[in-house]
Amino acid sequence: MHELGITESIVNIALDKAREAQANKITKIYLVVGELSGFVPDCIEFYFDFLSKDSIAEGAMLNFELAQAQLRCRDCSTVFCPQDTLWNCPKCQSQSLEITGGRELYIESMEVE
Amino acid sequence: MKKIEVVRNILEANESIAAQNQRLLDKHKVFAINIMSSPGAGKTSLILQTMARLKDKLRIGVIEGDVASTLDAEKVKDGATAVAQINTRNMLESCSLNANMVSHALNSLPLKNIDLLLIENVGNLICPSEFVLGEHKRVVVSSLPEGDDKPIKYPMIFADADAVVINKIDLLPYVDFDIASFQKALQGLNPEVKIFLVSCKTGAGIEDWCSWLFSEIKAKR
Repeated sequence: MHELGITESIVNIALDKAREAQANKITKIYLVVGELSGFVPDCIEFYFDFLSKDSIAEGAMLNFELAQAQLRCRDCSTVFCPQDTLWNCPKCQSQSLEITGGRELYIESMEVE
Repeated sequence: MKKIEVVRNILEANESIAAQNQRLLDKHKVFAINIMSSPGAGKTSLILQTMARLKDKLRIGVIEGDVASTLDAEKVKDGATAVAQINTRNMLESCSLNANMVSHALNSLPLKNIDLLLIENVGNLICPSEFVLGEHKRVVVSSLPEGDDKPIKYPMIFADADAVVINKIDLLPYVDFDIASFQKALQGLNPEVKIFLVSCKTGAGIEDWCSWLFSEIKAKR
């Protein structure tokens, strides 16, 4: 639903970095998207094709690495990846949980020519 | 072919505009809260109740975010010092306010005449959790008819909230809403969160909410 603006940022950051590296073409962009972030890779791909047109990022492949949700139990400190949407600590069943991973949204690296 | 490291947060553009917004608000000593909820939970009603109770003590500005219409801006304009309406229908994104939209709205408001800015986000429990606006406090309104499972279903927005207002408590005899289980799930995600039980219809609990808000504003000054 809000991937258009996000994809615009991806294109801007990628073009910036490519310019710094004096590259002529961006061939692949490696993205990390947390499973708890509200962003849908398919939508990002769809918008990317449109927004990168006529730039050196046109035709670049997007590689998505999905970062798993990770929680830390505040009662017994167990760190775990929840397997379903009902969040309980697997060790002590506590529901007092801190979200420690899964909200990432960043460009990790890219391949350029 | 050459691989280059990037490691840059894709939301950085929004976050940097949000930081600018906050500097502008701080410069004019405006305390801003971002009010988020699903559609119909009572964001506008909470704003109306808050203005009714605080308008003699504070000069209140409102930013109304809606996909379409100026209905809410019309509703709040009598109690407010100034109102800005953002319609997201024609923008890049329509599901949430973002820092850039708020930045434009701030430019249209007489900030030096405002003490408290109430920003009503677009009704949605998912997208607004990704975008900071420059606010000082994030508030989620949740209402009894929505059910007591919302913190479990939409953990992000509740995990980041400074306060959660549970609205429509006058409906408690008629709906199956277990306040204790809502609170348990919410506090599990967010032990520091302030929780208020209110009815914007009867006015119950509004005083506690307003006292908290007022004390937060004083603490900031």
